[in-house]
Amino acid sequence: MNRALRFLPLLVLIAFVGAVAWRLSSPADQKIPSKMIGQPVPTFALAPAIPGRQGLSSADFSSGRPRLINVFASWCVPCIAEAPLLTELKHRGLPIDAIAVRDRPEDVAAFIERNGDPFDRIGADPESQVQLALGSSGVPETFVIDGRGVVRYQHMGPIEPGDVAMIVQEWEAAK
Amino acid sequence: MIAEAGLAALWLAAALAALQLALACGLGGDQGRRISTVRALALSQGLLTLFAFGALIFLFLRSDMSVLLVFENSHSQKPWLYKFAGTWGNHEGSMLLWVAVLAVAGAIVALFERRLGERTLSAALGAQAALALGFFAFLLFASNPFERLSPAPLDGRGLNPLLQDPGLAFHPPTLYLGYVGLSVAFSLAVGGLVRSEVGPAIARAMRPWVLGAWILLTLGITAGSYWAYYELGWGGWWFWDPVENASLMPWLAATALLHSINVLAARGGLRAWTMMLALIAFSLSMIGTFLVRSGILTSVHAFAVDPTRGTFILCLLALYIGGALTLFAVRIAHVKEGAPFEIVSREGGLVANNLLLSAILGIVFVGTLYPLIAEASSGEKLSVGAPYFNSVASPLALLLAGLMLIAPQLKWRRDAAPILPRLAPGLLVALAVLITSFILAPQIGWLPRLGLSIGAALLPASLLPLFGRSLRRTPLAVWGMALAHFGVAVAILGMASDSAFTEEKLAVARLGDRIEIGPWLVEFRDVTPVAGPNWSALEAELRASRGLGVTILEPQSRFFAEPPTTTNEAAIDTSWNGQLYAVLGEQDGQGRWQLRLWWKPFVTLIWLGGILIALGGTLALLGRLTRERRQRILGEEAFA
Repeated sequence: MNRALRFLPLLVLIAFVGAVAWRLSSPADQKIPSKMIGQPVPTFALAPAIPGRQGLSSADFSSGRPRLINVFASWCVPCIAEAPLLTELKHRGLPIDAIAVRDRPEDVAAFIERNGDPFDRIGADPESQVQLALGSSGVPETFVIDGRGVVRYQHMGPIEPGDVAMIVQEWEAAK
Repeated sequence: MIAEAGLAALWLAAALAALQLALACGLGGDQGRRISTVRALALSQGLLTLFAFGALIFLFLRSDMSVLLVFENSHSQKPWLYKFAGTWGNHEGSMLLWVAVLAVAGAIVALFERRLGERTLSAALGAQAALALGFFAFLLFASNPFERLSPAPLDGRGLNPLLQDPGLAFHPPTLYLGYVGLSVAFSLAVGGLVRSEVGPAIARAMRPWVLGAWILLTLGITAGSYWAYYELGWGGWWFWDPVENASLMPWLAATALLHSINVLAARGGLRAWTMMLALIAFSLSMIGTFLVRSGILTSVHAFAVDPTRGTFILCLLALYIGGALTLFAVRIAHVKEGAPFEIVSREGGLVANNLLLSAILGIVFVGTLYPLIAEASSGEKLSVGAPYFNSVASPLALLLAGLMLIAPQLKWRRDAAPILPRLAPGLLVALAVLITSFILAPQIGWLPRLGLSIGAALLPASLLPLFGRSLRRTPLAVWGMALAHFGVAVAILGMASDSAFTEEKLAVARLGDRIEIGPWLVEFRDVTPVAGPNWSALEAELRASRGLGVTILEPQSRFFAEPPTTTNEAAIDTSWNGQLYAVLGEQDGQGRWQLRLWWKPFVTLIWLGGILIALGGTLALLGRLTRERRQRILGEEAFA
């Protein structure tokens, strides 16, 4: 048997152990980014989540100005945690729209009442269809959409104080 | 008290394993290598570990909640069968089962192995003790199954109904017995390499273990495939999930080993290659178990383990596999090659079989680990799906099946007789099926079409080795080979038929609607709520009829409160020529239901084939064991 060939299985093993050791030292990041990044937002038109307010449609994102979409639900506890930070983003001049997932009008209204209302428009997505089309798999998630309606950034999970600067930066970059 | 006794037995067994390893390394001089010493050590180690495992079973059966493991995984209200099976339905218990099988296998080798020289046997058992020692250390330092809990809680937490399935109770031990059976082949190979005694004797000593392990792996994989088929409700029977691959890889290696070992036993050839396979087969078993149990690869079966345990097992793996492969690389030059052979010969056929199996193994290995490697090198996340495996592995598998048409009929060393007459029956059948399929089913893909032809050709061809010999005097091993190859043909036919002729209908139906699928007319009669112990379900009533036959199918959509999940319980009707498979989906707003129906002609042949393969293996194993016994008795009489 060829000398080099004899050591081949050993080399395969070393590569395997290296890869696994790397995985053990940097635990898997389970976040799978949306395939929608760099793509225009899917076409949709959502009814208002609260009667009397504006609903949300994909046409709202061609205004020339970058906007945020916050995907949330009144039944979602982390959404409550991130609400003050959304309000802060609003104060910094970032326009924010929202999609309320699998929710009831009265619950959404109560949520806004209690946790503040940084949203310009809130669309109701009772079957998660738009959420899934955006490539979002959970709540809360926040997207930065540029002025031509292209998805530029996706933030999975609640926004934490340390994330605010980064989101503002992404929004600035989308201008 | 029982828990402490179990723990003490584990410590003692670990100490004996350390002693045995030290003696095998020569620390006790020649006295320490004596077979009687080794035998006593291996036997007491096996008994002590078995006692520890028995103690854990006892604690589970008695629902002793002062033991942490029992508290976390059992409940006093569980049926006794699931208390019993709960022993190995968790990390610590399954590791204890693993090491118990390892130690008992060592004891059996020590007691009954008569074919090998004393020094080689002692070296092999030293290797087995080294394997056991690492896993003893892992149990004692990183996952003690006998840890106490104080104060003892009133009742346990483990009443998960999803895991209360008789199939799940016995699926893991079957696979474990298979994996660990391969450990003996590994240890014997290490012993043979250390002593440079690689020859027919080692192969004959390995063969029953490899056969036994291979039978259990075949059964385990077949059962697992059927479980996924009826439980997951996706209508598929193999998903190329990392966990499935983790059991398939050792099976592929064991299948290759099973064939090459015959060349070594009968003709003294393929020495280096057979030793390599013996090392690889168990290495893949360890790697597979590790991957499954560590959550390194994302899979439906995986659960997270803390990094300490992961690192511990990874170090063990690196040490054992790395050590064995280094030993192989260094020592294999000292192994003499066996008798030469020509390309057209039984050996040639077996070499081709081994190359094809190894290629498939490589494909599965790369596909399973590629996501990990891609993420490590470029940060890119991806998954390797069924299309890759199917398109790359299936043609090779068909080539392998094609080889089976002729190779088992070839003579050892050199076969000068014309091939064509022996190939003719198979080729004629293949051609007939090919032409018929072009006429009757022009639309099917080329892979299923080839599968049907080769599978059908293999039905008669697999029985040809039995022709022209006195059937009464044909060794059982030859019957076993013919039956196993026949099983392969049956399984291939099932797979090809499933992928060629399956009809799938996704319907949105109202009550009273009728749906035609295959030969069946299915009427959607009713949906009624049903309640279970901790779930509620909607159950559809489907009346399926064809000709005079009528059957009622009742697929369910189940909701579990804790954790909130919905599962689909498929309803399956099995008839002689296929299965009708129904799944109830969601309701839309207007009183209509999603119904998913499959008609799968001859799909059951897949698992029937798996069972036939395992039966063939069993015949071969019986044949080998009785024949060797008879020869030994004859040999002893000749000496007397």
